[in-house]
This record gives sequence, C-alpha cells and structure tokens, in this order.
Amino acid sequence: MITIKDLKKAFLNALWFIFLTFPIMVMKVNTINDTLIWRWMNMLYIGVAAFVFTLLGKIYTVRKANRSEIVKPSLIQIVNSKMENKKVRYSSLAAVVAIVILYPFLMSMYQTSIMTTALMYVVLGLGLNIVVGFGGLLHLGYAAFYAVGAYTYGLLFYHFGLNFWLCLPIGAVFSALFGIILGFPILRLRGDYLAIVTLAFGEIVRLVLENWNEFSFGPSGIANIARPMIFGQKLKLAQVTNFTYFIAVGLTILTIIVIRRMESSKMGRAWEAMREDEIACQAMGIDITKAKLTAFSMGAVWAGIMGVLFAAKTTFINPASFTTWESIVILCVVVIGGMGSIPGVIAGALIFILTPEYLRAFSQYRMLIFGIALVVMMIFRPGGIIPKIRRSYQFAADKEETQEVEA
Amino acid sequence: MSDAPVLEVNDLSMVFGGLRAVDNVSLNIKKGEIVALIGPNGAGKTTFFNCITGVYIPTHGEVKINTSEGSAVLNGLKPNVINEKGLARTFQNIRLFSNMTVLENVMIGRHQSLKSGILSSVLRTKKNRIEEQKVIDDSYEILRKIGLEMYVNELACNLPYGAQRRLEIARAMATNPFLLLLDEPAAGMNPQETNDLVELIERLRKEEDITILLIEHDMSLVMTLSERIYVVDYGKMIATGTPEEIKNNKEVIKAYLGEDIDA
Ligand SMILES: Nc1ncnc2c1ncn2[C@@H]1O[C@H](COP(=O)(O)OP(=O)(O)O)[C@@H](O)[C@H]1O
Ligand SMILES: [Mg+2]
Repeated sequence: MITIKDLKKAFLNALWFIFLTFPIMVMKVNTINDTLIWRWMNMLYIGVAAFVFTLLGKIYTVRKANRSEIVKPSLIQIVNSKMENKKVRYSSLAAVVAIVILYPFLMSMYQTSIMTTALMYVVLGLGLNIVVGFGGLLHLGYAAFYAVGAYTYGLLFYHFGLNFWLCLPIGAVFSALFGIILGFPILRLRGDYLAIVTLAFGEIVRLVLENWNEFSFGPSGIANIARPMIFGQKLKLAQVTNFTYFIAVGLTILTIIVIRRMESSKMGRAWEAMREDEIACQAMGIDITKAKLTAFSMGAVWAGIMGVLFAAKTTFINPASFTTWESIVILCVVVIGGMGSIPGVIAGALIFILTPEYLRAFSQYRMLIFGIALVVMMIFRPGGIIPKIRRSYQFAADKEETQEVEA
Repeated sequence: MSDAPVLEVNDLSMVFGGLRAVDNVSLNIKKGEIVALIGPNGAGKTTFFNCITGVYIPTHGEVKINTSEGSAVLNGLKPNVINEKGLARTFQNIRLFSNMTVLENVMIGRHQSLKSGILSSVLRTKKNRIEEQKVIDDSYEILRKIGLEMYVNELACNLPYGAQRRLEIARAMATNPFLLLLDEPAAGMNPQETNDLVELIERLRKEEDITILLIEHDMSLVMTLSERIYVVDYGKMIATGTPEEIKNNKEVIKAYLGEDIDA
C-alpha cells in the first residue's frame, strides 16, 4: 500500500525538515572559545525521523480510510459510558478530590507552585474558550485582559493598599469592560482580519504598559505586591504557596461551574450559533452585536481574575509577562485541548503547562516540540485531545414509542 | 384593517454596482395565503428575500407589514429585529448550525422567547430552570410536528438532505412567525420528499395559522400549493396571477423557455 510516490514524498519531506532544522540542530556555537560546531549526525537523525514519520502517517491515514465503516467507540466514549454508572462516577470524583486536596502536602513547594500555574492556565483556557471555542472568534490578544487584571491589582495595591480579595472582583469587572471596549471596533470583522486586530490590541496594551511610565512604571513594573492573606493575617512562604494553590483550585471550580452553565444557557447557544453561521444566526432573531460583546466580555472576566491571582502569586508584574507569546500559549491550550470542549481545555492546559516543566532537559526544543505537536494534532485529532461531546436529550414520548414498538 | 395585506412591498429595488438585481418589484400577501415567487436562475428572487429579511438594505422602496399589532416599516432594520417582528425564513443553500444537534438548532430559534439574563442562568434560578426545560420541550414538540423527532440528538450535518431542508423549516417555525419565507424548499429533494413537503406546508398553514411566501423551481409543487404566483425575470416583475393564468401567460413561457420556442 505504499507506492513509490509515497516514498518520494517522504524523502522530500525529510529533506525539507533537514533544511528547516539545520540552524538549530546542526550548527552550534561554542560561546567559550567562539567556535562553530557542526553536528552532521543530527542531520541524519532528523532526516530518518522525518522519513519514517511521514510513512507512518501515510499508513495511518490509509488504514483509517479503509476502516471508516466500522466505527469503534473511542476511549472517551468508553470513559463517558462508564461514568454514567453512579458508583464509578462518585468514586472517581472522590479520587480526584482526594488528589487535589492532598497534592500540596505530598509534593514539594516547587511542584505545588507549578500546579498552581497550570490551574491558572486551565482558567485562562476556559475563558478564551468562550471567545474562540464557543463564539468562533479568533482572538490573539487575550493576554491583554490578563494584563488588565494583573495591573488592576498591582496599581490598586500600590496606590491604595487594596487587598487581594477586594481586587479579585474589581479585576474581573475592569477586564470585562476592556472586553467590551475591544468588542466595539471589531464587531464587523471576521476570521483573519479579526485575528490581526486582536493581535494588535494585545500589543497596544503591552506597549502602553511598557511606555507610560507615570501610570504603570514602565518595563520595571510593580514589585512587592502583597500575596493573598487570610483575615488580614500574613502567612509564611510555604503556607502561602499552599494557600495560593487552594485559591487557584477554588477559582478553577468556580470557572468550570459558571462556564458550564453559560454554555447551556440562551447566551451560550447564541455564541455557538454565531460560530456556526452568522447570517442564519441573525435570521433566527439573535442580536449578533450583543452575542459578540458578551462573548468578549465574559471571556475577558476570567483573564482578569487570573491576572489578579498572577500578581498576588508572583508579587511582581511587568509588561514582559503579557506578550503575544502568552496569548499564543493560551490559544494553543484551547486548540490542542479541544475547541468548545470544557474537559478538553482542562486536559489541554494541564498537559501543555505541566509537560514542559517536567521536560526541562529539552527546554531548548520546546518550540519545536510545540510546533510538531500542533501539526500532528491538527492532522490526527482535529477536534482536540477531548473533543466536544454534545449533550443528548431524553424525551418521555421517545421512550413510550420505543416501548410500543417492542410490545 | 383585517383585509390589509400582511406583507406589502412597494417599488423595491436592489442595485449591486451596475446590476439591478431587483428592479421596482411590488408584491403583497394576504393573511393565510400561500404565494409563490418564481423566475429563472439569477432573476433576483433570493435577493428579494434578502431585502425583506434585512440581509441587504434595499436601495429603494418600502417593505411594510400589517399585523394585529399595527403596521411597521421593515427596511433598514436588522435581520434579528425583523425576525422578532414575525418574519422567518429558510435559505436556498442550507444554512443550518451544522455542528449542533437537531434539537439545539430548533432551540436557537426559540431565542427571542426566552427572558433569562446572564445572572439567572449562572445562578440557575428556579425560573431559569423552568424556562430551559420549556425550551427543550417546546423544541421537541416542534420537531414532532415537522416529523424530525427521530433525529433529535443527531448533528444537523449528519441528516439526509431532505431532512436538513425540513429542519430549516422547523428552526424558522420555532421563532413563532406569522409569515414564513421559504427559499427553494424542495431543491434537491426526491419526489417522495417533495410530496411530504407539500403536505407539511399545507398543514403548517392550517394548524399554525401562518402565511407563506415561497420561491420554487418545481412547477408541480408551485401549481398545487400556491394560490397566487409572481414571476420575476432579470429583476423585473413580469407577471402575476393564479396558477392557471400564469401557466398560459406568453411572457412567462418566453422567460422560461427562451424566444425561439413558439408556445
Ligand atoms: N451580494 C451581491 N453582490 C453582487 N451581486 C449579487 C449579490 N447577490 C446577488 N447578486 C446578483 O444578483 C442577481 C440575482 O441573484 P439571486 O437573487 O441569487 O437570483 P435567484 O435567487 O433568482 O436565482 C444575480 O445576477 C447575482 O449574481
Ligand atoms: Mg436563489
């Protein structure tokens, strides 16, 4: 089933990959004695790997095409059907709860801190998912809302000494307002144009923060922001790390509940209808202006809240934390996890943020691995790690009819 | 008042650059009528629908409705506002929400009738839960009426073609219209599906107390269903009358068959 043509294609692919990766894989500068090292063997490895993977990909797609008639239940469907059993559901839920509660006590402070970051990306991903996954609006400036939240807390703390808990809702509101402000000029834009304008918006916010020294203290940022406190009580570092972790857990749970409810509400359906077809959506009586603005503002809320938490967690913020790269990472979380799928985005964030932390050894190749992972995902699992499963509804009339047929 | 036409279109024109896609067309429909709009491809029928439903803002002319709530001028309003006023439509090139289920497609049609705000949906107040359950039940009821209940949980894109066209009608009916605009509802259907469609449209008019304007190329469907027919060609209205009159109209035959054939 592999033809000469496929072999030729794989060979060309290999050459292309060798060419692409040449600067990073083959050339290496020895900075101590300023010499260039040529690692020719790497070229061979890359070539062979690209060749083999192309062929494997081909075999996979051919197999899949032949097999398409018999639909095997996917792993997710199996898990889902198991979950319908109450006992299984409650025991797995209990296990998750136990792990979540015990995690900071079993793991080191460093691990806990990383898990907190991962949870923050879960919330960020879920927030962006409203805009990109539900609303179908490609948004490349999401980090700007994250910055709004962080600077809200940073500045309010610096000038007025407002505490973390008070700033949490304020950050959310400011971010939502920014969502609406961004929403207005882009109401008529779609697709590529929307992506470019949101990208620019993200950069504008960052550049303003970087250059408006009187307001945001420029690139040096704001330091010594207070960590979260309980009843005005300062905590020791180890305690505060755990406490921040539990705040992140709490906010993650809140986000999941709220967004799930939004999704299955009138508004959530309007967002999805807008993604599917704007003209039909309007013809069904949905005000598309309202749907877009709510999608942007309800998406921004979560970035605002996480911004406040970020400022409290790191105690230091500057514009460098809110670059376009940050927006791209959050977008990757959504796309890889599964657009529109809440469990998908959660899984995506955990995998996407935790894996690099545990693979520090490969940190040089992080971008390369991300890129390859994205391409592979788009080819083999375009719906994401856990694609969205639509809710099914049961009706009394349905059951009666089936009973009648059986009788 | 009662015999004022429900839809009144006066001297409607739509110009795209140098093309007069709709050229001075006037039309009116009385309550409870089934009226057909026919004409060769590219005559401007779909553009006419788009002008009425707010997709395009007409270059010239007036679109007016007269209902029990009084008269209203529709030109310049947004499509969703026009829908709210009681006009619902289907699309020639099917525009379902493909990646949503059949039931969800219909539920979206119910959008206008729901009152819950963001906060009450997030808090799941009792009122909100009752309302949500009602949308689900109402939507299912509509699907049953249209005969699509066996597909409730299927994705819209996985439906057979005929069923997709019917789903477009179900979704439009969910918005609770007094006037239904159907753009080639039988296109691509087999004879059996077309027969079912005729039966459905007649039933809708009778049971739902609804007025229908339809664009269609299937002449047997047009002749059996409609009480009056308007014929357009190159954007201009060339004839109007009962099916009998239209069948024997020289102008119409010429437009459809070309000049060479002697009718
Ligand atoms: N948005 C548009 N811009 C320019 N021309 C258009 C547009 N929409 C329709 N037209 C033109 O208007 C004419 C009528 O099209 P249409 O209303 O779709 O015809 P019908 O539905 O009767 O087949 C065609 O010549 C078409 O190319
Ligand atoms: Mg048409």
